[in-house]
Amino acid sequence: MELFMPEFGLVFWMFVSFAILFFLLAKFAWPFIVKTLEERADLIDKGVLYAQDAKAHLDNAKAEADALIKQAQQQQAEILREAAKMKSQIIEEAKGEASKEAKKLIDAAQVSIEQSRKEAESQFRKEVSEFALQIAEKVMRNSLQSGKAQSELVNKLLDEVELKN
Amino acid sequence: MKRLLTILMLCIALPLAAFTARASEGESDGSVDAKGIIFDHLGDRYGWEVPFNHHASIPLPIIVRSQSGEWHIFSSARLEHNAEYEGFVIATEGSYPGKVVQRIAQPDGTVEEYRPLDLSITKNVLALFISALVVVLCIFSVRNWYRKNGLKAPRKGKASIEFVVEFVYFGVIRPILGKKAHKFAPYLLTVFFFILVMNLLGLIVIFPGGANLTGNVAITLVLALCTFLMTNLFGTKHYWKDIFWPDVPVWLKCPLPIMQLIEVFGMFTKPAALTVRLFANMMGGHMIVITLTLLIFIFAAFGAVATGGATVISIAFSVFMLVIDTLVSFIQAYVFTMLSTIFIGLAQEGGHEEHETIKENN
Repeated sequence: MELFMPEFGLVFWMFVSFAILFFLLAKFAWPFIVKTLEERADLIDKGVLYAQDAKAHLDNAKAEADALIKQAQQQQAEILREAAKMKSQIIEEAKGEASKEAKKLIDAAQVSIEQSRKEAESQFRKEVSEFALQIAEKVMRNSLQSGKAQSELVNKLLDEVELKN
Repeated sequence: MKRLLTILMLCIALPLAAFTARASEGESDGSVDAKGIIFDHLGDRYGWEVPFNHHASIPLPIIVRSQSGEWHIFSSARLEHNAEYEGFVIATEGSYPGKVVQRIAQPDGTVEEYRPLDLSITKNVLALFISALVVVLCIFSVRNWYRKNGLKAPRKGKASIEFVVEFVYFGVIRPILGKKAHKFAPYLLTVFFFILVMNLLGLIVIFPGGANLTGNVAITLVLALCTFLMTNLFGTKHYWKDIFWPDVPVWLKCPLPIMQLIEVFGMFTKPAALTVRLFANMMGGHMIVITLTLLIFIFAAFGAVATGGATVISIAFSVFMLVIDTLVSFIQAYVFTMLSTIFIGLAQEGGHEEHETIKENN
């Protein structure tokens, strides 16, 4: 039967055409097509991974932003607290400084008052003594017009000196 | 859908027309030579019949080498209707029915028939060339698309070709061969597309198709032989060791080489299985469609009602069978490629580790 017995002519031509076909496709088409298909499959795989990553990033981004905001709020509160603390401290310090300064001023004023009081006192004393001397001179001049009285006084003074020594 | 139906009806109508012509010829003895018609349609031919005209056919070149060693090239039209040309005729009976034979007159007056070396471009050979051309055009169109458009996916027709390439490459070749896929992919993809196109062209009844190519043992034999060569020429050391010194008890391989005999026998049964599987499947499909169509003419002997009923049933079944055959065309190309890949993959094993990976991938 012809169908079951391979005909030489057909085998020959089959071999020739298959060899040519194989040569053409294996040399010019298949490696290129297979390479392109693999590259595209890789590209798609990478794209999917990238998208997944991006999505994860996006999801995380919200959480991250929330965390950041929370942190910022905490920081803000802390800064405010610190600022308040600093404010009171500064006021305290200023107060202290002011009272010190005031004390200094008061002290200086007291010193100068004391000084001027002393000066005034000495002045007063000088004046008083001068007045007294003048008065005394005048009194003496009046009372010492008599010799007796003069000698009595001299004696009296001498007694005093003796008593003192 | 409407167009598809029209095409399918045409597929049925055309062989019907051819049979009608033949049946009217063979009416002299009142019966239909079913077996003759079936094998005539399954077999090869020197011209290519045209629809609606049984007497004319597309002439094809006949290339033969006579007994004296000269080459003769002439048109098949010269041998039509039992004509003789340069001593050659198409034998109608004898050892080579339907083939070109050389008539040599013997000194004692008798005529001896000599079968010359026949490299004619017959119907099957031309169909072979057309199939190869179709494959080249399809594949190169895809390649050119990629060359022009980079990684962009093609559309429409090219996309369907690409889909099939992807289906075979990522579905069969790469999972089985792994790292070696690049080395064998060109061969396996070529085989797949060549078989697929030959199968599908065989289902079209008019000119560019209609040749029963993959249902011819010569075609499948060459394909299986190529797989055999690919398997054994690129076989690893481990593969050859498994054949000539397999891991079995020593008494099984020495002094009587029982295992070696079995393994060597197995080397040849694999391509034989490939040959017969594709051949029988495709021939069976063609045979069933032709037989169903012939039923109409067999029933014609029982009167008009029987003919009418047989026509309706036959056509319905023929359409069904052709649809199945379209599926079978694809499946058989796929199976041939898959088995070839597995045979090549088995010869590529480097040891147990690789064996494991192949199993896992499957």
